[in-house]
Amino acid sequence: MTEQPAVLSSTSALDDLTGPHGARLLHGWLTTGGPADLNEHLNRYGPPPLPRTTRRRTVAPLVRAVEDAGLTGRGGAAFPTGRKLRTVAEARGPAVVVANGMESEPASRKDEVLLALAPHLVLDGAVLAAVAVGAQVVHLCLPRTRQDQIRQLAEAVQQRRQRGIDPVPTQVHALPHHYVSSEETSLVSWLNGGDARPAVTPPRPFEKGVDSRPTLIDNVETLAHIALIARYGPTWFRRAGRPEAPGTTLVTLSGAVRQPGVYEVPMGLPLDAVLDVAGGRSAPLGAVLLGGFFGSWLAAREAMAVPFTKSALAEVGAGPGAGVVIALPESACGLVETARVLEYLAAQSAQQCGPCRLGLPAVAADFAELAAGGAGDLERLERRVGLLPGRGACRHPDGASRLAATALRVFAEDVRHHVRNGPCAGAEREPVLGVGASHAPEGRDWR
Amino acid sequence: MTGIMQFAASGPRPLWYATRASGTIALLLLTATAVLGIAVGGRYAPQRIARFEISALHRNLSVLTLAFLGLHIVTTIADPLVPVSWWAAAVPFVSSYRAPWLGLATVASDMLLAVAVTSAVRLRLGRRRWKAVHWLAYAAWPVALVHATPGTDARLPLQLGLYTGCLAAVVTVVCWRLYRAGPGRVAARLSAALTALAVPAALGGFLFSGPTHARGGAPATPLTVRYGQSSARAPHGGSP
Amino acid sequence: MPKRHSLRVDPISCDGHGLCAELLPELIGLDEWGYPVLRATEVPGTLLDHARRAVAACPVLALRLDRASR
Repeated sequence: MTEQPAVLSSTSALDDLTGPHGARLLHGWLTTGGPADLNEHLNRYGPPPLPRTTRRRTVAPLVRAVEDAGLTGRGGAAFPTGRKLRTVAEARGPAVVVANGMESEPASRKDEVLLALAPHLVLDGAVLAAVAVGAQVVHLCLPRTRQDQIRQLAEAVQQRRQRGIDPVPTQVHALPHHYVSSEETSLVSWLNGGDARPAVTPPRPFEKGVDSRPTLIDNVETLAHIALIARYGPTWFRRAGRPEAPGTTLVTLSGAVRQPGVYEVPMGLPLDAVLDVAGGRSAPLGAVLLGGFFGSWLAAREAMAVPFTKSALAEVGAGPGAGVVIALPESACGLVETARVLEYLAAQSAQQCGPCRLGLPAVAADFAELAAGGAGDLERLERRVGLLPGRGACRHPDGASRLAATALRVFAEDVRHHVRNGPCAGAEREPVLGVGASHAPEGRDWR
Repeated sequence: MTGIMQFAASGPRPLWYATRASGTIALLLLTATAVLGIAVGGRYAPQRIARFEISALHRNLSVLTLAFLGLHIVTTIADPLVPVSWWAAAVPFVSSYRAPWLGLATVASDMLLAVAVTSAVRLRLGRRRWKAVHWLAYAAWPVALVHATPGTDARLPLQLGLYTGCLAAVVTVVCWRLYRAGPGRVAARLSAALTALAVPAALGGFLFSGPTHARGGAPATPLTVRYGQSSARAPHGGSP
Repeated sequence: MPKRHSLRVDPISCDGHGLCAELLPELIGLDEWGYPVLRATEVPGTLLDHARRAVAACPVLALRLDRASR
């Protein structure tokens, strides 16, 4: 992919701390046009504002600042970051911080872009969070498939160590890059010497994670926001976005938009304004997929006015996920696209839980039959889709179920057409959702 | 017939008979428990009875096994003609009386005790630790069988028939279980099957060269022939 | 304080033996592959003994009964 990051935003409250178009995380890139090395980063932001004294049994000011800022996790779950920080900080014994840069969602590129353009913002945030929760180590988890990035980050960490910037050491790890390997418990399991496969909870990682310690796991973008909140405070953070969903967020826009790529937008922008950031639609849209392969289909006509926030999207049965928006042109067949993604998701199962191991391939096969225009057993498909949620150790079956269920709803007319007349013309065109060449991971692939 | 003649010859020794009888019953029960346990592990789902009933039978028979095992141990210790102490019944290989056989007996009963105790508290213990100990049952069963073979009754054809039946049952159900575990992991399953088949083979060889000759009176040749046949038949009957 | 009891399946441990559904059909059904589907997680007092029996029967200890006071 040759997508170029570019930024637009509708915020008017620009100041020194905010780059062109209201950009924050991508401020440096927009100013200089290149990735920020350590010197440039220090010139722009100065060293990470570490607390002068760390007292035990008191909540670090940063925890309170993040709570006040209303920052939510940018990895997909949108959990309040401040509450997570506080829980880990109040847990007994030394903690561990894990920076999650795995980005296993094939339709998302924002973590890769952020780590390439502003690596030190992420590293600042991880170290500041580590000091705030009383952690003695930061583990940065990156996918093994991005060797260049791993090298760059290892170099960045090395430079910081030579300058003595961080009071807490950061270790860079290269993990297997499968769909469920970015799940929190997968990271913990891998860091503890096991497979990068999800584990049963409870205990949740914040209770008992890496080395059985309370473990804070945050997406790299979330950590970069923490680095800025630590410097400029919650009031500044809330100047962008909406009261119930403050700040900016990185989004990966693809499909039928003029300039697909990673962008930084304020939270709460209506969906059509988000697509405008990428130059607007390049064809009439039939539907949008929000949140990636783990997400929900929305009909274009019902989606466009909805603000891009967790609560607003939840009302229409969707969520922002990790900021993935895929615009599906009218000419494409949503059923064919969904069938392909379901096949991918079925192959990506960790094969640990029966309902996922057996249910996902069955749903994918039913869906493939429907997409191909077979007179499939629609009732059986709906029953199988309905039985997936909540029956795995992780949310993988839930995500696949949501994708299938929303597809059946949004493309209900296509379903009728397929059952009656066979496959539609959209089945012939090039796929919009790229799943790449994926093979089902097995055995040692997970370690 | 032989039993009655022995009884007449040696005079009434109720404890000795109780020891032999309880030992035999314990072995049969242990075999049944093992077979049912392996059937549960292989997700045996018969038409007529529910699966939980097989599982419940496995558990109940295991308790009964322990009861008869306890009786077997108590009568052995209580028997004045058999110099076995409480100490020797708990710690393997400290008794001087028929040392290897009694030592094996202690090993087997200790392992079964560990399996029973961990099973009683398995919900607290967690699956992994419980299962780790439960695997000892696979070791305890052949050890118990080896302990039985040089016994007084091993010369009786009926008794030998019982042992052979026990062997055939367990080997068969193990092979069935390994077949059910497939497809995949062929090497692991094959080596497990070979191990299962090696038990009757080793036991047959052991009896052929073993101590039953020295004690005299045993019909050595037909005995080994019988074992040889059983070990040859077992794999055939076991691989579906 | 009344205790509430709730059922939970450890999906990784579960091998679909199906004993739980035989012993507690009121709350547990099976999908087409024999894996349990909980109709409800909360266990009413009248079914508590049956639930305990089902938990004890699971050959792989995948069924749990959690107690929470509320």
